[in-house]
Amino acid sequence: MAETTNVTEAPAPPAAKTAPAKPAAPAKATAKGGKDRRGFLYVMFCTWFGIAWTAFTATMIGMTLGTIRFLYPNVLSEPPSKFKVGPPDQYEPEKVVERFKPQGAWIVRHKDDDLGGDIIYALSTTCTHLGCTPNWWDKEQKFKCPCHGSGFKITGVNFEGPAPRPLERWAIGIADDGQIIVDKSKKFQKELGQWSDPESFIKA
Amino acid sequence: MSVGDFIRNSQVWKSIFRHPAPRDRRNRVVVMLTNVFLHLHPVSVRKSGIALSYTWCMGGLTFFLFLVETVTGVLLMFYYRPTLEHAYNDILALRDVATLGILRELHRWGAHAMVITIWLHMYRVFLTGSYKPPREFNWGVGVILLVLTLLLSFTGYLLPWDQLAIWAITVGSNMGRATPFLGYEGPGAKLLRVGDVDLIHSGSDARFILLGGRFVSGDTLLRFYVLHCVAIPLAAALLIAVHFWRVRKDGGISGAL
Repeated sequence: MAETTNVTEAPAPPAAKTAPAKPAAPAKATAKGGKDRRGFLYVMFCTWFGIAWTAFTATMIGMTLGTIRFLYPNVLSEPPSKFKVGPPDQYEPEKVVERFKPQGAWIVRHKDDDLGGDIIYALSTTCTHLGCTPNWWDKEQKFKCPCHGSGFKITGVNFEGPAPRPLERWAIGIADDGQIIVDKSKKFQKELGQWSDPESFIKA
Repeated sequence: MSVGDFIRNSQVWKSIFRHPAPRDRRNRVVVMLTNVFLHLHPVSVRKSGIALSYTWCMGGLTFFLFLVETVTGVLLMFYYRPTLEHAYNDILALRDVATLGILRELHRWGAHAMVITIWLHMYRVFLTGSYKPPREFNWGVGVILLVLTLLLSFTGYLLPWDQLAIWAITVGSNMGRATPFLGYEGPGAKLLRVGDVDLIHSGSDARFILLGGRFVSGDTLLRFYVLHCVAIPLAAALLIAVHFWRVRKDGGISGAL
């Protein structure tokens, strides 16, 4: 399976403070060493002592923030989120296609009771309990997660085990060449009412 | 002149050992204080400090196991490569091909034992009331050391890159993404947004920076390797120094409360 490098921009925390201003002409005699705000600001910006420590503190804060930003990767070697899965007429009714399971999707064609006809949708292979990959048991017609026993029907709806919600659907559509294209950068969750969104299924 | 005397009077010997071997109390103190390794220890220890039924010696055992883990860990680093290509097979090679490859198991058993001894140490400190003032801060330092030890176990678990490792870290980090504010699926994450854009999403939360990506990958393996071998041990060593110093300054092990 070919892996491409995606440049993903991660948001940057605020940049470091810039160095303080050079010493200006001293203020009135009362300001120097006064125990008020003016006196403090004078010491901080108009004496070498204050400038040195302010610059040092600013540098240290900048270095800490910079280190944290450094640890956020800018480039991820993840496979591309969109991939084609063949033309729609290739998909037989009431069948779960496992060919794209390594890429994280089951392609299912199933009769939807609400819409009245067959639809094709792409189910995410991530169990909604703690993230393991379930297996499709064709004989029992259910997805079963090996980690803690969560069970999902062919529609992706959870019905047994600790899974709290149905499997998620990936965005699915028809590409220009007539093939079905699955987009893993968009997901649709049934419990949020998102399965009625036309981007989450194709009419067969 | 015997051989021993000849050696002890040579310039080489005298430049290394400046004082004769301890023979009286004053000389013993001088030897301890002028040796960089020995001066880390107290000059004398209370008798109750070595009473096993009183202290259980779990703290000492934990430190001993930390040293064992460091030594075995460094040795394992000569044969282990933290890449997708090599990690799993290098561990197998340690088992089947390397001489005394049992070092890998020693490292693993040492890790399990260290977690057990650190909990027993914590329990003993609680039972003897050694967390009460003025020792509250040291208790806090000890709790942080406990967390660091568990993190060492967590990061080390991924390194064999087998099924157990990958799924354990996947499940563990998936729990992390539900943390308030720090995880993108946790409460509070949706509060931090600028207009339509989520500031905390799957590509910017704490889980992302820990895994080096959106899911456990080769980048994760490298990050966990660095954390496990360098970053966390350094932090632990620093805190261990503080922890021991505090015990000494508070009157030594099994000092009066």
